[in-house]
Amino acid sequence: MASMIPAIAVEEALSVPDSDGEGAGDPQRRRVPRIRFWRGIVLLVAGVYFLIPLYAGMKFSVQNDAGHWSLYAIKDIPSETGFGAAFWLSMRIAGSTMVLAMVLLVPTAVYVHLKLPKMRRILEFVTILPIVIPPIVLSLGILDVMPEFLRASPYLMTLVYVIFVYPFVYRSLDAGLTAIDLKTLVEASRSLGGKWISTLWHVIVPNLRSALLSAVVLTIALVLGEFTFASLDLWTTIPVWIYQFSQLDGHVATAVCMLTLLGTWVLLIAVVSVDRSQSRRARRRTGAL
Amino acid sequence: MTSTQDEGSLTSTQAGPLIADSSTDFVRGQGARVELEQLVRVFGRTRALDGFSLSVEPGEFVALLGPSGCGKTTALRVVAGFERLDGGRVVVNAADLARVSAQKRDMGMVFQSYSLFPNMNAVNNVAYGLRMRRQGSRQRKKKASDLLELVGLGDQATKYPHQMSGGQQQRVALARALAIEPRVLLLDEPLSALDARVRAELREEIRNLQLRLSITTLFVTHDQEEALSMADRVCVMSSGRNEQTADPATLYARPATAFVAEFVGVSSRVPVERTGNEVVIFGQRCPVRSGGTSTAYELVDALLRPEDVAIEVDSGAKGFVTNRNFLGATTRLTVQVGEIPIRVDVRSEVAGDIDPGTHVRTKIISRDVLVAPRLGTNPTPS
Repeated sequence: MASMIPAIAVEEALSVPDSDGEGAGDPQRRRVPRIRFWRGIVLLVAGVYFLIPLYAGMKFSVQNDAGHWSLYAIKDIPSETGFGAAFWLSMRIAGSTMVLAMVLLVPTAVYVHLKLPKMRRILEFVTILPIVIPPIVLSLGILDVMPEFLRASPYLMTLVYVIFVYPFVYRSLDAGLTAIDLKTLVEASRSLGGKWISTLWHVIVPNLRSALLSAVVLTIALVLGEFTFASLDLWTTIPVWIYQFSQLDGHVATAVCMLTLLGTWVLLIAVVSVDRSQSRRARRRTGAL
Repeated sequence: MTSTQDEGSLTSTQAGPLIADSSTDFVRGQGARVELEQLVRVFGRTRALDGFSLSVEPGEFVALLGPSGCGKTTALRVVAGFERLDGGRVVVNAADLARVSAQKRDMGMVFQSYSLFPNMNAVNNVAYGLRMRRQGSRQRKKKASDLLELVGLGDQATKYPHQMSGGQQQRVALARALAIEPRVLLLDEPLSALDARVRAELREEIRNLQLRLSITTLFVTHDQEEALSMADRVCVMSSGRNEQTADPATLYARPATAFVAEFVGVSSRVPVERTGNEVVIFGQRCPVRSGGTSTAYELVDALLRPEDVAIEVDSGAKGFVTNRNFLGATTRLTVQVGEIPIRVDVRSEVAGDIDPGTHVRTKIISRDVLVAPRLGTNPTPS
């Protein structure tokens, strides 16, 4: 008889009520709609919190001073004073930051994973520093110690932005490297005659595609949004131009903000699509199992 | 020795169905001589290799066998150039490899974990080593395709690793290692992640391929069945040292140490007293096997193989059967004699009548027995 008790208990636990509503009195079952209700409320509040400012910004950028619907702000962007130069400067800085961050951080992350795995914790701690140190402190400190010739060059921003993007790029690469059997792949490549640079280029980088793409998107988004350092270093990048131009025409400045945001989203969607379509093409080429 | 000469010396049965009809002219066996001299590798306080020495003849297949942590994989990685040495030398064809980096050693390696490059399909994986050697695109694709045919995967050339089974991936890895025409083929437990059926199949294929190509091969395994069935010679390792290197038959019949006797095959330890060159087991006088250790000690353990002992049902006997394991043609019985469990192999049709609890009499049927120092005693020379 004693052996019957657990058997019955297990049976009850596993029993699934049928569609007639048998078992509808189960308190577990009653809680499900309540959870769904609160989940919906949280989603709604979060949605409103993010969407209302976006809606307001969009609306403001397609209105004129009289409050009527107009596309003048968007049409006028390219011809506004200083916009072209600011856009070109931001693109150059974003591109150079992306290249420098990758050239520095990909080999570093690979080396740490392969040769200094105990250093990963230290590096993870270091990645927090650019986030916890206020940008103004970091920016003033850097400007104070930099030599004159670097302060005169816009590419000082590149050097500084590499520090700013380091937490995001490193963590993205770290996650990508953890997902592959790096040691075995590197050893396989080396035993086949691959030099370090060939191994990095032909084996490691292609297998970090997703991690690299997300690192690139994060880098571009961060550089296109950075204001403090560019402003203190007296360079007019897109965010600085937006701030300055908002004194003259708020509609145009807001339209640039919205387009920058849209551009980042488009980039993000493009990156995800490229990643997915490449995986799909690979599957199609070989025939899915 | 060229592969063409080897082909002539192989029967189709030896070559196996997979490669019997395949030409191997595109891979030349090089058969390098490998000498590992007093290798020492220390990790912290652990001596993974502690004066390990081994000599491998050109074209020979040697298995490194031992329990986990005995240093067999470290030895292989030292040969491959992935581990630095704290002492000793790796010599291949009379050249010391101390200053030769891993990518210049010409060693094909197949790893325990699946090591195919996930971003490349099978044919590009196999061609990778040739690409690193700057061979032309057409030439390397042709050779890679031929090698895939050789390992029975000609129709899988465009598949990516995630679309292949474990056995297929290890075959591609083998083809990739062979593509560079290595001086030495290093196999680091390549079968351990596979299921039993695929493992047995691939075991035979690797051996046939190695014979055909005449490539000096070092094979690391902890599976004694794998080592004994595949290798020309087996090197049993313990605590970073070479316990014994011999052909499988010698290793089984004439183990040099108690460790080898107990690690290779199954042995039952029976405490006995040695008198002269004999021991008395269950009242029966047996000569001590030469070639073993510890013949100089009085208190010893006899190491009995399951086939060294026969049993006879006898209701008045002291021993009784405690366990019965069906192994196919034979059944392994555990017979408890006093405090000592003895494992005995009997033909399965006979064993069916012997249930656990049946009283049996044991009898030593081997010509001689191996002895080792008694466990738990400090060996003192007599």
